[in-house]
Amino acid sequence: MSETRRIAGAPIGAAQEAGPANQGTEGADLTQALIDRDTWTDAEVAASGIPMEDVDLVSVGGGLGSFALADTLRIAGLGTGQIRVLGDNSSPTATYEYLAANSQIPEHERLRSDAGSVMDNIWGFPSYALREAWTDKSLKAVWQVVTEPILAEYYTPRAGQVYASVRREAARIGWEDMLRLGFVRMIRKREGGGYFVVHTPQGGSGGAKRHIYRTNFAHIAVGYPGVAFLPDLQEYRERTGDYSRVVNAYEPHDHVYAETRTRPCTIVVRGSGIVASRVLQRLLDDYESGAQIRVIHLFRNYVDGPQGDDPKFKRPGRNGFAYQAFNFPKSAWGGQLRYALEELEGDARSELLDKMGGTNTAPRKSWSDQLERARKAGAYDQAVGKVVSVEAMDDGSAIRTRVATSAGDEHVIDAQFIIDATGLLARIEEHRLMADLLDHSGVGKNPKGRLDVERHFEVRGAASGPGRLYASGSMTLGGYYAGVDSFLGLQYAAQRIADNLAEQGLGKKLGTGRSVQQWVRWARNKTP
Amino acid sequence: MTPTLFGRIQTRLFLVATVGVLWTLLIGPALAGMMSDPDATTGDVYRLAFGALVLVAVVGIGWELIYHALQQYRWEKDWPTFFGLVTGLPEGIVVALLLGAGLPWDVGDVPLGAYTVHFATTWVLIWLVANGPMQVLFPRWRFRGGQLL
Ligand SMILES: Cc1cc2nc3c(=O)[nH]c(=O)nc-3n(C[C@H](O)[C@H](O)[C@H](O)COP(=O)(O)OP(=O)(O)OC[C@H]3O[C@@H](n4cnc5c(N)ncnc54)[C@H](O)[C@@H]3O)c2cc1C
Repeated sequence: MSETRRIAGAPIGAAQEAGPANQGTEGADLTQALIDRDTWTDAEVAASGIPMEDVDLVSVGGGLGSFALADTLRIAGLGTGQIRVLGDNSSPTATYEYLAANSQIPEHERLRSDAGSVMDNIWGFPSYALREAWTDKSLKAVWQVVTEPILAEYYTPRAGQVYASVRREAARIGWEDMLRLGFVRMIRKREGGGYFVVHTPQGGSGGAKRHIYRTNFAHIAVGYPGVAFLPDLQEYRERTGDYSRVVNAYEPHDHVYAETRTRPCTIVVRGSGIVASRVLQRLLDDYESGAQIRVIHLFRNYVDGPQGDDPKFKRPGRNGFAYQAFNFPKSAWGGQLRYALEELEGDARSELLDKMGGTNTAPRKSWSDQLERARKAGAYDQAVGKVVSVEAMDDGSAIRTRVATSAGDEHVIDAQFIIDATGLLARIEEHRLMADLLDHSGVGKNPKGRLDVERHFEVRGAASGPGRLYASGSMTLGGYYAGVDSFLGLQYAAQRIADNLAEQGLGKKLGTGRSVQQWVRWARNKTP
Repeated sequence: MTPTLFGRIQTRLFLVATVGVLWTLLIGPALAGMMSDPDATTGDVYRLAFGALVLVAVVGIGWELIYHALQQYRWEKDWPTFFGLVTGLPEGIVVALLLGAGLPWDVGDVPLGAYTVHFATTWVLIWLVANGPMQVLFPRWRFRGGQLL
């Protein structure tokens, strides 16, 4: 495995200068001198004794963002030996499946992306709808995708179909051969160009403590650093140490649903995005099958009509929710809104992102019907206002939320549980690898405070000689592309990165001939 | 689909010139028997069918301007697949009227049977190719609003 090869794109002669890969010593670790220095030399790294390996490209994360890039590059012609994926899960869908399951999307439920957001197929054809029709031997999905959103709601695939398709594609492209399990601690620039990627391999007994990958091209797709709580709920959790009655929708919280089956419970749901919709569906499904549940849905901002002043750019809204099929208008992925955003800088870009995105949920008739039924039955109520305090009641029976309404009244809600469905942590500084990059590599932040990347997803300020650093996923939201944190957006980023790598000398741009040939190989499930 | 104005026009011209032309060449002989004139030859069919293709391409640019303007009223700024199919109806009628009026060249009275079969099959075929195979031929096309250049 520890092959010695020229770092792709490095000037001729760099191989000799760089010296061979280093076998290293097993217990070797980073020295303080290395940790303190922004740029490392080959000699310093060799002196540390940490085993080192040369590779053309390293992708950090090993989730769907890494998968999209590895898939694209394999199809464009790179070998498994040229790519190292450094992640902490053996399946590229592991983190996604975990977050989806917690936020109440079991495998048979439908996701929120369209038929053409096909995670296992860079072409988007055949779509998930065609494949579902094929496996189910039913034209229902085809009818839906052909008439959406005019006669039917947008088609969206089942979670289980996406997972299975990614598993098949991962096996086809040799994912396991590229993957090295463990955590990436830091990426530092190399004197003379390229990067050192410092990896802490996962628990193997007797294995090296650290491993360094020397590369000209690195890619980061590490997803979200963690879950985020609303400030008042965060404060409650820290003050009381009660982590079981105030929960985040992205954390495991099955105990909430379990308790509603044993006794009557009032549950406060906070948030009005897609995850709130999922949690409401779960609670009301349980209610409709006999659990004693009363839901109080607490809004900070209540949407009671279409949003926006421009008659040509109004988003439907009612009953508290802003509605759109996907997290951005569809054309943000590859149509006129994609081009519009690319032209904008600074605040103007941030404003358009807010207008197109923000908190919103999918308009599904089954959801609004269910809410209406539950509202009539007294199982679902809405409240609007600013939270003044969240306190545990003395007898431990409930948590009391005091809410100030806009009319100036105070409203008291006593509940057994509060589910925070407002979001995941997005502050990039909270991620150790990102924090290290911000401190040592000259990278900056975009108008939304996340990692600043070019239109082709190269991290600004991180170039190192011929070396380039790229990033995709949620950490790059605020850049020139809106849908960064989505299947299709990850594939778009992968395509832009692959094309840029080809310009830098790694691999070739995918042209029509190879594209067709590779599509046929995909269809026949043959290695690229 | 999420076309841009240039993407619409480029994709239309490309598909008419490739899929449209190939299909017309193929289906021409089979349509001769459906012409109103019992003595019609394949050459007569081609005269009619290629006239229709020229109109779909040229007049189509005008249609695309209209579709693009309508698209501006959609929040998603997309063009549902369904629209791509049903717009064949008004377009087909307009092309038939123009052919009957002697544009782009004289084809006499438009033989409805042959015209309808040619127009409908070509339209559906182009629509099918635009909804999938194009993405395989041009892997960047779907992210560029249908622009090929
Ligand atoms: C609940 C939920 C539902 C979603 N539904 C949809 C949908 O329906 N359609 C859609 O298009 N998109 C959806 N998304 C958005 C998006 O597609 C996913 O979030 C996707 O998983 C993002 O991929 P990623 O690679 O950025 O992150 P992930 O898939 O989370 O992968 C990042 C990986 O990096 C690892 N990692 C982090 N730090 C390090 C480190 N230092 N070293 C090594 N590894 C590290 C993490 O453990 C993780 O496994 C959804 C997101 C969520 C949370």
